[in-house]
Amino acid sequence: MITIKDVEHVALLARLELSDEEKQMYAKQLNAILEYAQMLNELNTDDIPPTAHVLPLKNVWREDEVGEHLPPEEVLANAPETEGQFFKVPRIV
Amino acid sequence: MLELYYLTAHELHDLLVKKEISAEEICRAVFDRIDAVEDKIKAYVTLTRDKAFARAREIDRKIAAGEEVPPLAGIPVAIKDNMCTCGVRTTCSSKILYNFVPPYNATVVEKLEAAGTVMMGKTNMDEFAMGSSTENSGFFVTANPWDPDRVPGGSSGGSAAAVAAGEAITALGSDTGGSIRQPAAFCGVVGLKPTYGAVSRYGLVAFASSLDQIGPFTRDVTDCALMLNAICGHDPLDSTSAPRDIPDFTSYLRNDVKGLKIGVPREYMGEGIDPAVKEIIGQAIKLLASLGAEIDETTLPHSRYALPTYYLIAPAEASSNLARYDGVRYGYRAEDARDVVDMFMKTRSQGFGPEVKRRIMLGTYALSAGYYDAYYLKALKVRTLIKQDFDRAFEKFDVLLAPTAPSPAFKRGEKTGDPLQMYMSDICTLAVNLAGIPGISIPAGFVDGLPVGMQLIGKPFGEGTLLRVAYTFEQHTDYHRRRPSL
Repeated sequence: MITIKDVEHVALLARLELSDEEKQMYAKQLNAILEYAQMLNELNTDDIPPTAHVLPLKNVWREDEVGEHLPPEEVLANAPETEGQFFKVPRIV
Repeated sequence: MLELYYLTAHELHDLLVKKEISAEEICRAVFDRIDAVEDKIKAYVTLTRDKAFARAREIDRKIAAGEEVPPLAGIPVAIKDNMCTCGVRTTCSSKILYNFVPPYNATVVEKLEAAGTVMMGKTNMDEFAMGSSTENSGFFVTANPWDPDRVPGGSSGGSAAAVAAGEAITALGSDTGGSIRQPAAFCGVVGLKPTYGAVSRYGLVAFASSLDQIGPFTRDVTDCALMLNAICGHDPLDSTSAPRDIPDFTSYLRNDVKGLKIGVPREYMGEGIDPAVKEIIGQAIKLLASLGAEIDETTLPHSRYALPTYYLIAPAEASSNLARYDGVRYGYRAEDARDVVDMFMKTRSQGFGPEVKRRIMLGTYALSAGYYDAYYLKALKVRTLIKQDFDRAFEKFDVLLAPTAPSPAFKRGEKTGDPLQMYMSDICTLAVNLAGIPGISIPAGFVDGLPVGMQLIGKPFGEGTLLRVAYTFEQHTDYHRRRPSL
């Protein structure tokens, strides 16, 4: 059972700020979805390997060669705030 | 003759090379159509009119100079707004990316450009492709061309509606749990989700990376094969792209299903499926059997677990992929933050819509300490069982046949209050993504004037066989020739 406290904890992990109404709503809806997901416990999966990915690909390597890169002004063009060749953010400490 | 905007790509190509029409005329016909119906349909987030005309004239110059142009040259396409287009806003229909202008093209966009297509614009979608009705767009709702009070399906609803309404000849969508096939069914067009790895995801804004796959919307199966020829292929920029040779998909367009073994999974014809949809699928089965296909019932015993499995895995991957939206490098940034963490939290809370937040919350919970094994790992193990069901079925059958969606298009607002009800509209398509195999939806009939889709599911990299069955069905029916009256 997911409590409001759990919702607050998860929201902090996900860097989401939720209103009181949102906390109520998500607690209710996440409980409904996770209760539905309990269905998976009908299955014994002790000896079943997990599938994270369907292709039989592993460690796709390439040569470490110098390629082209975007000019810094294009990289910065979408940023809300920049200074020189840097992304600018509010103070950290 | 039908209006130009309602022809197929291969019909337009024939007219182009015979010099009966020009690419500019096609482009104008489609933009005139957009001007006439877009207020009603709202398929597009962004139109790229000037670029399109410039491009069409370029194709015309090539034809005039006697150059041989590829089959999709001069063909208007619409691109779902989660694929990066250099210099053209790419929003994912989200406030958090409302002003993002990519400095590069997605590989599929590069490939379509090389194929000579003309981009009309970027289409509306459920925010970050999370939804089944396009009602979760952060901007506006798209209407179903067959009945504007109904949804076009989702999440690629704008692309499906654009093709159905004559606002594009073909389109690209992306499919994570049914987001190409279900809107194709709701809008009465052809939609194909390729095998995982067949099409590069480079430049596709990630939702659930182990499930996402780009594919085409078209008016018939021939156009579908042409689009696959243009977009499939290995890409060194996507490490999950499969290193394989790509066949000429048009070579599978044969009016012949004799001896092909088609399985009908009983789980997809049972509880929760509208009887009128079952009736139409039943008729399709009879038709294919009369043409020589060997059809038998089969079983995918873990089908009922696909929905809960999907709704743990997809949100888990999404919660990780969407961590990058923090207001630092691109997109929306909230004002008046006390410090950097406060800026992250305010930006994300104001920038994401309710369904996206719901899935980030769900995914973060499923991955968090103490719940990882019980939810995420458990879901990955059940995913193995679901995949094994398909492996077993394909030992006996070449293709599986099922409805694409449990009902025709539903009314706007009908399912928005209850997330689980909305998720149910993907019960026929989710498992195909979990197994990474290809699926196509083709028009198979109508219920009360609304299109119904039939889904064909194939072996890994078995797109060719899907095209063959779909093409044969199309030669003996005319559902794909019907157009909505707008």
